[in-house]
Amino acid sequence: MSGAKALGWRLLPQIVALVAILLLIWLSFPGFFTVEMQNGRLYGSLIDVMNRGAPVALLAVGMTLVIATRGIDLSVGAVMAICGAVAASSSVRGDPLVVTLAMSLGIGLLCGLWNGVLVAFLNIQPIVATLVLMVAGRGIAQLITEGAILTFNDPGLIFIGSGSVFGLPMPVVLWLVFGIAVALIVRRTALGLMIEATGVNRRAAMLSGIQAPAFLMSAYMLSGLCAALAGLVVTADIRGADANNAGLWLELDAILAVVVGGNSLLGGRFSIIASLIGAMIIQSVNTGILLSGFPPEFNLIIKAAIIVLILLIQSPRMSHLAAFAKPAGPAAPAVGMQKDKTIERTAP
Amino acid sequence: MTLKTALASATVLAACLFGSAHAADMTVGFSQIGSESGWRAAETTLTKQQAEKRGIDLKFADAQQKQENQIKAVRSFIAQGVDAILIAPVVATGWDEVLTEAKDAKIPVVLLDRTVDAPKDLYLTAVTSDLVHEGNVAGKWLVDTVAGKPCNVVELQGTTGSSPAIDRKKGFEQALKGHDNLKIVRSQTGDFTRTKGKEVMESFLKAEGGGKNICALYAHNDDMAVGAIQAIKEAGLKPGKDILVVSIDAVPDIFQAMAAGEANATVELTPNMAGPAFDALAAYKKDGKEPPKWIQTESKLYTQKDDPKAVYEQKKGLGY
Repeated sequence: MSGAKALGWRLLPQIVALVAILLLIWLSFPGFFTVEMQNGRLYGSLIDVMNRGAPVALLAVGMTLVIATRGIDLSVGAVMAICGAVAASSSVRGDPLVVTLAMSLGIGLLCGLWNGVLVAFLNIQPIVATLVLMVAGRGIAQLITEGAILTFNDPGLIFIGSGSVFGLPMPVVLWLVFGIAVALIVRRTALGLMIEATGVNRRAAMLSGIQAPAFLMSAYMLSGLCAALAGLVVTADIRGADANNAGLWLELDAILAVVVGGNSLLGGRFSIIASLIGAMIIQSVNTGILLSGFPPEFNLIIKAAIIVLILLIQSPRMSHLAAFAKPAGPAAPAVGMQKDKTIERTAP
Repeated sequence: MTLKTALASATVLAACLFGSAHAADMTVGFSQIGSESGWRAAETTLTKQQAEKRGIDLKFADAQQKQENQIKAVRSFIAQGVDAILIAPVVATGWDEVLTEAKDAKIPVVLLDRTVDAPKDLYLTAVTSDLVHEGNVAGKWLVDTVAGKPCNVVELQGTTGSSPAIDRKKGFEQALKGHDNLKIVRSQTGDFTRTKGKEVMESFLKAEGGGKNICALYAHNDDMAVGAIQAIKEAGLKPGKDILVVSIDAVPDIFQAMAAGEANATVELTPNMAGPAFDALAAYKKDGKEPPKWIQTESKLYTQKDDPKAVYEQKKGLGY
């Protein structure tokens, strides 16, 4: 019971921001909340937000854990391109779907393994270690597709991008199920706690018996797996692997989703659910801009302004001010977690 | 120092080569930007094909998106004493010095696909397409096709601020001027990619009454159109019938869509920039006839009537 309440408080700023943005879009585009069934699937702008936000949401799951270990994974966009290219070329060769998926996800894990080895065993700073693959990865993807957009027609693979389950688009199902599963696994076991311990103080974690390198490795591998899934989604969506553009700059959106989710880049406490809401906030802004009909020159300015506003509201200084403004009752939600670095088990 | 030795060795190499290269009429150096897009790859393939067809000995240098590599390549071409140099310049500025060197060595330079900010006497000619004209051709097709009926057009722009996006928009708007039955109701950037083209089209469809208010889509490149076509299909409408689709570039995949009746027209940005360049060079070498400073390539319109299947087969091997 108290767990659910703590989770509610933790997620409050993100939920408020999301609702505020959705309302804002609704004001400028009244049909925004209309959802109807069409050809056996739900159809509407709200579904679009969840569908288009799928790649960033998937990336945010892995990125949250990596950031919780006080790391960062810049390579996810490039890994998306690699895994998409691998899937497309495998499908074009005529491999069965299972092989295609296994190869693509396997390559994602392998990319994560590479990053993990660099960070955990060679002690290279995460931002540098993952930069290697970020730069090289797109080249690798281009080698696989030979510079062209590799198109395929395998209905099974296409289903991942534009199929639907119970009326929900497949990408939405993927990120919801995958995100919640990972959140449950790390929170219903001690894994989450150990990842946080590794992020707060790797040495202390080691001394207290936590196999920090193993946790670092698994965090980066999970991030690689998430990137592979995201890569499959974007590739299947357009029925082709576009090595130049698949996942381009999405690593930044994923990091932003984690930050908008109130997680600290300094590692430690984390919430996957909050990052997922963060991803939806970013996508709502994107979709909202498209629906609003502003000239495209304003896109980035509007996005930046809204995100600065959200980060301002979440900043520790603001929550302190809010606490002062409200003399009685519970303190403002603990988003200012950069300040207190005690390891404390939070709700998922 | 390394540059000097490289130049020296290149000169020696060129001297050795000259004996054997006599069979060819002309030796031409080609400094290509790199291989950032399928179109670029097709341009490289076609340049090599065109050179082979004319018996020209083509020396190819890939600059990997760096101007310094292009300048190095041009200098080595000069040192090798080639008969002419083709450059697809990666940026517009900073060419004066190396172009002067080429001029001093009496080697004509032809610019391909893009132009430079340098005095016009430093190069022989530039072979490029007219981006405004491309937009214009697309617009004219739409004006003729709807034939006076009212029509709401949605536009997928290229990357905001890029010259193809600005010019293709301008040309299209010029063609629509005076035809009040055609109205551009929504215009957004799709960054020239399939993914964004699909995403933006989805929002257009939602914003315009589920697509019922949209009669035509104009996309600044084919890739965005291909993405948008999928969005239209997923919205339960028929692309090519319920919503007319016209785009620019003529990449192979749009011909597949046209063959399936899902796209209506595309304007070709020909990757064969080298053909006209070689022709101009041959005329110049033969009787010193200077070509005009700008050779405009043809912006050919393809529709469903032009046997899209055959064009697809023809284009797919070019490396797009």
